[in-house]
Amino acid sequence: MDSALIPKGVKRCPLPVFILGIVIIGIVLLWGVYAMILCWLKGLNQTNMNDYYGFALWIWADLAIIALGGGAFFTGLLRYIFGLDELKNIINYAVLIGFICYSSALLILAIDVGQPLRSWFIFWHANVHSMLTEVAFCLSCYFSVLAIEYIPLILENRQIDKIPFFHHLGHNMHKIMAVFAATGAFLSCFHQGSLGGVAGVLYGRPFAYREGLLVWPWTFFLFTWSAAACGPCFTILITKITEFITGKKLVKDNVIDLLAKISGWMLGSYMIAKIVDTIYWAMVTAPSLGFTLMDFYKDNPFYGIWILFVEIVICGILPAVILLIPKLRQNKLLLYTTITLASIGVCLNRWVMVLQVMAAPVMSFDTWAMYIPSWQEIATTILPFAYGAILIMISFRYLPIFPQEKELNPVE
Amino acid sequence: MKKEHNHMKNKKFGMCIDLDKCTGCGSCMVACMSENNVPFREDETDKRKSITWMKVYKITNNLSFPDTEVCYIPRPCMHCEGHDGHSPCVSVCPATATDYDMSTGIVSQIYTRCFGCRYCMGACPYHARYFNWWDPVWPAEMEKYLSPDVSPRMRGVVEKCNFCYPRYQRALDNAYNDGRSDIDEDEYQTACTQGCPAGAITFGDLNNKSHAVYKLKKSHRAFRLLERLGTNPKVYYLSSKEWVHRAGDNYLEGENLKNIKKSHH
Repeated sequence: MDSALIPKGVKRCPLPVFILGIVIIGIVLLWGVYAMILCWLKGLNQTNMNDYYGFALWIWADLAIIALGGGAFFTGLLRYIFGLDELKNIINYAVLIGFICYSSALLILAIDVGQPLRSWFIFWHANVHSMLTEVAFCLSCYFSVLAIEYIPLILENRQIDKIPFFHHLGHNMHKIMAVFAATGAFLSCFHQGSLGGVAGVLYGRPFAYREGLLVWPWTFFLFTWSAAACGPCFTILITKITEFITGKKLVKDNVIDLLAKISGWMLGSYMIAKIVDTIYWAMVTAPSLGFTLMDFYKDNPFYGIWILFVEIVICGILPAVILLIPKLRQNKLLLYTTITLASIGVCLNRWVMVLQVMAAPVMSFDTWAMYIPSWQEIATTILPFAYGAILIMISFRYLPIFPQEKELNPVE
Repeated sequence: MKKEHNHMKNKKFGMCIDLDKCTGCGSCMVACMSENNVPFREDETDKRKSITWMKVYKITNNLSFPDTEVCYIPRPCMHCEGHDGHSPCVSVCPATATDYDMSTGIVSQIYTRCFGCRYCMGACPYHARYFNWWDPVWPAEMEKYLSPDVSPRMRGVVEKCNFCYPRYQRALDNAYNDGRSDIDEDEYQTACTQGCPAGAITFGDLNNKSHAVYKLKKSHRAFRLLERLGTNPKVYYLSSKEWVHRAGDNYLEGENLKNIKKSHH
């Protein structure tokens, strides 16, 4: 029924199956929308946040999905600026995943503020000293860049492409895409960094606080670095999940291998920086404020030293080593495990830098604060996944996202 | 008037709380809530959602009977000066909804500009900032008792102690009407100071040699909470007990309290 919209030379599932899939995920989406409306109408009392947990699940989700969406800016940088041409076969998908991640982050932020109708104050009354201001500006600008990068892909739809204006618009946009990719990389470096700075500048919170370079705490650089390292892993992970669901090979192994190898180098170098930062913080920064490392990992039911071990060793060093050794990363099972671990690792890092910061007591007579999110928080956090899945389903069905699909899956 | 202001030395309002006198009665909390129209709910079981601009903490020396000692620590906003007004909370607010006033040393909160991102709450190590999780609702007959000078806050914004700033404005207005350019020490006192039956709280200009707080802050009994972080708070505590001084900050095992304090003064 919708065959006129489907790209030529590729096969898609029957329309009823596609609609059934959309409906099933749509139910999850509606559940999230219902929770979102509750939060907007009744306020943030619908959450389990409190005065100790001003930042909680949503801010973590924001930081995590922005880090995972980092594949868009880093792959764009490699493809357009460093000229790694093979990556043109995955860049469309990286951009789409980035677009989903960033639009989701903006949506969650819109739910997370106490007075959503005043959100524009962050631009109008901007405090240039605040890391959050930098986040808001760069995030909005970069989201616009991602939208601009996504538009040419939409214009490639068979029916839209028939209209001469859109055909030429898409063609010309492709030609200047390097400019947007460079702008995106610049903006993304800054807002990934400023998200790290959000925690790093908190000099009243010894668990988060880091010294740094000029106005930027070390977490500024670590967040950008880790997003560049783990974002492409997440792009590969979603590509592999898409291949599994569609039952088709969509990207050639050499493309995946190249991206995985670069991720390995980024992750390996990031881990060195992260370990140095952790040692300096544990041996110098925290003791100068009267804390030992173990003060942040004891006397509470959840945050033990295991969390640091999992983040650095299991989800950091281990995947980096596997990705750096060709034989290991070319083993499919190991590759899937590794990219999953790397994606979990960056999410865990963001969790620690948001939730554990709030949980750890600072005053000597204060106690650890634990928190379990409400169903409204969980539903609104799942909402972006449902929205992302639907957008991927629609985009995959009607747009030529994977340039190698035809070659890899010839239609008889 | 503007010229006169320029010639006036900047004030630095602050507080000295004598913990040797504090009985933990909570009058300061009641006075504060009443003066500042602090909202409350029928069920205040979850204390981490209760708004208490002034909160009294109870601490002990953790020794068993008969050596047990108890101390109560009233905690208003510390009005941190940080380094040159770089308070932990002020510098992080993305919408300039909180401000460090160099002429008074008071950290203000602009409720109508706050959009409720709560970054300032995360930045404050004293938990002195509170979010309005609900719309403020007072029993109908109680609305007549609200302070007319203090604006109630709406749902979704952060609020905190402002050293009863409307009282300062009123004192300035009175002085202006009398043709004076400045106010006396007793003309501007916070509600908690006046509400304390033990006289444990002293309030005034930390820069003014004639004010009681100026002398009290120099007492050998004086210390501040979390000085090592560099928050530079304007609330001083007085205690003759070393364990109380030690509870005011974090120390590594075997660290000498006096050496640490000296290096940070």
